[in-house]
Amino acid sequence: MCLAIPMKVIKIEGNKGVVELSGVQKEVSLNLLTNVKVGDYLIIHAGFAIEKLNEKEAKKTLTIWKEIGNLQKP
Amino acid sequence: MKYIKEYRNKDLALRLAGTINNYISEYKGKIFLMEVCGTHTHSIFYSGIMNLLSDKIEHLSGPGCPVCVTPNEYIDTAIAYSRLPDIIITTFGDMIKVPGSTSSLEKEKASGGKVKIVYSPLESLEIAQRTPEKKVVFLGVGFETTAPLVASTILTASDEKIKNFFVLSGHKLIPPAMTALLENEEIKIDGFICPGHVSAIIGEEPYKPIATEYGIPSVIIGFEPLDLLEGIEMLIKQITVGEKPKVENQYRRVVRKRGNIKALSLINKVFEAKDSTWRGLELLPKSGLYIKARYSQFDAEKQISVNIEKTKFHSKCICGKVLTGAKKPYDCTLYGKLCTPENPIGPCMVSSEGTCAAYYKFNKQ
Amino acid sequence: MKRILLSHGSGGKATASLIKDLMLEKFGNSILNELADSAILESTGKQKLCFTTDSFVVNPLFFKGGDIATLAVNGTVNDLAVMGARPLYLSCSFILEEGLEWNMLDRITTSMANAARKAKIQIVTGDTKVVEKGNADKMYINTSGIGLLQKGLIISKEVIKEGDKIIINGEIGAHGLAVMSKRENFKTNIKSDCAPLWDIINNMLSVGGVKFMRDPTRGGVATVLCEIAENSNIGIKIKEESLPIHENVLSFSEILGLDPLYIANEGKVITVVDKDKAKPMLSNMKQNVLGKESAVIGEITKGNKGKVLLETVIGGERIIDRLTGDQLPRIC
Repeated sequence: MCLAIPMKVIKIEGNKGVVELSGVQKEVSLNLLTNVKVGDYLIIHAGFAIEKLNEKEAKKTLTIWKEIGNLQKP
Repeated sequence: MKYIKEYRNKDLALRLAGTINNYISEYKGKIFLMEVCGTHTHSIFYSGIMNLLSDKIEHLSGPGCPVCVTPNEYIDTAIAYSRLPDIIITTFGDMIKVPGSTSSLEKEKASGGKVKIVYSPLESLEIAQRTPEKKVVFLGVGFETTAPLVASTILTASDEKIKNFFVLSGHKLIPPAMTALLENEEIKIDGFICPGHVSAIIGEEPYKPIATEYGIPSVIIGFEPLDLLEGIEMLIKQITVGEKPKVENQYRRVVRKRGNIKALSLINKVFEAKDSTWRGLELLPKSGLYIKARYSQFDAEKQISVNIEKTKFHSKCICGKVLTGAKKPYDCTLYGKLCTPENPIGPCMVSSEGTCAAYYKFNKQ
Repeated sequence: MKRILLSHGSGGKATASLIKDLMLEKFGNSILNELADSAILESTGKQKLCFTTDSFVVNPLFFKGGDIATLAVNGTVNDLAVMGARPLYLSCSFILEEGLEWNMLDRITTSMANAARKAKIQIVTGDTKVVEKGNADKMYINTSGIGLLQKGLIISKEVIKEGDKIIINGEIGAHGLAVMSKRENFKTNIKSDCAPLWDIINNMLSVGGVKFMRDPTRGGVATVLCEIAENSNIGIKIKEESLPIHENVLSFSEILGLDPLYIANEGKVITVVDKDKAKPMLSNMKQNVLGKESAVIGEITKGNKGKVLLETVIGGERIIDRLTGDQLPRIC
């Protein structure tokens, strides 16, 4: 049971948020999270946000991969 | 598509694959990696990453497809409910084609049963609010990723005093299944690809015994091609370099060490773990989630009485062994002949991530 | 509020009044206005006729970029066009549910008239029935179409050979998702691509080298490719990175767990073209408003007979197979 996608918060109303990905918007429940802010990227599964994406970690991972890529260059 | 497309870079994929193949080049024999999440089965086949990796790496699909591990009795119960005149069954899409002992929800729908596919348990609650004269039953199938959603929905139903919403809980827990697999001598597993979004809920701790007591390296992995490759690289490194087996987290941008505390507390508030039957694995201790007495007014099993037909099994179906990785789909005498996606016998063929369906679709030998 | 009643389908005064106020008013012509039992059409001379039929039961009736009427006209018109036949005449049968709002039928018939004008066809005969409430989902439409086959044209799987290129006229997956977004309560700006294809196809035929054409409606691009490859002595190889897919379609597919290759399109044609004609064909197509995003998505191969292979974005490979039933939104 794992299909979930990162989507950006564009509006918050109480315990519901509107999230967006490339123009697709959906109202989702924020009941499983705390301290959600507009601009956060949330992992969305079946109408709920199950976690906040850690953007620092995401950028770190991509940087490491690019470095591996450069090291491996023939 | 921020935080999605970057993880599909071809150049980086080829370089990561190269690193993995380097690690394994001197290794004698095969390495068996098992994933226990249907979404991982799908992602691995969809991305075609196995083409990029050495033949020495064998990928096994374990019991992570929630539809696959739902036993016949659950489906027969849902079918029996759908035949009652005042019931609306609401369910995720995959469940409607699952064969029970003699029918399926898809067939019941065709004969007049009220079955509605929903994207979220919240939709099911909305239907209950719109149709107060009907009993709306949500089929709660899924692992720890989905259980907190259903828990939250039950709590909302409780707060809003909705009297006609029910859940038939078929939720199951992944760590007990993983340890059960390791107790089975038929299986050889060298490393676990741990489910990324289940782990977002439960964190790293539940996997620790698998590394420390069973000595099996386990890595929590995301779902994009580069996640899979990095995660496999971490596993192969542990295995080939001979490090002490440990739990690692590749999916750091989503999974925290302690998981999602709030989601876990919701699960604990509404559900309790009890022994539960898994298709192919029989009864596993403390592996299923059942609704606590405090919320029994939402428990379909307690509130709706119905006659359920005697459970039947097809004796030649080896879904149980396929799920656990002991056999491949083509080892089954029914595969591709009597059991096809058009006429599935066991759930491994029904769900789009069932092992047999994935093999059939992608024509793996 | 004015509604459709059973009497509107009984053939009496109410039916006559409905047909006059809506159908004749919106898309009447010299043939239809006769309201004869059959339409009398001009003889076609030596050209062969193409004849097709389709029924439309879409729910919801209205969605971004179209409605049941645009589908009913273009769906049938395109089934003629991909055979290489100039669409000429359509019949149109309505089955209406008792209680349907008059305004809704008014909007639909207006839309039908616009679609017919755009597709340059005439609706020359038709029928209207009304069934009791609950026996139809608001409205069902059947259209049948006649077209003139271009002389000397051979469009057949038999002439496809190794090296031929596979071209599509634009971005895939929009129609199915436009309909689904209304049903699933998502807000998107995805619009159906529903459009008449004869114009662009006629120009493509003049370039030459067309071996086979099909419109990827239900079952999407994947199903058409499987049909081409099946029971034949050729294989197909396509490249995932060549598939024209708009980002909003890709995103919505990801959210629902759907594969864009299997999603319905209503303004697309897949063409198998002689490899030497692929470049000029693409230039020709890009000059048409329905072909701006045209692309070569793959080619015919000698190996992998009967199979459709896809090279993934990361350089891996997977097989594209037919779906069993409808593609369902996944949770896992």
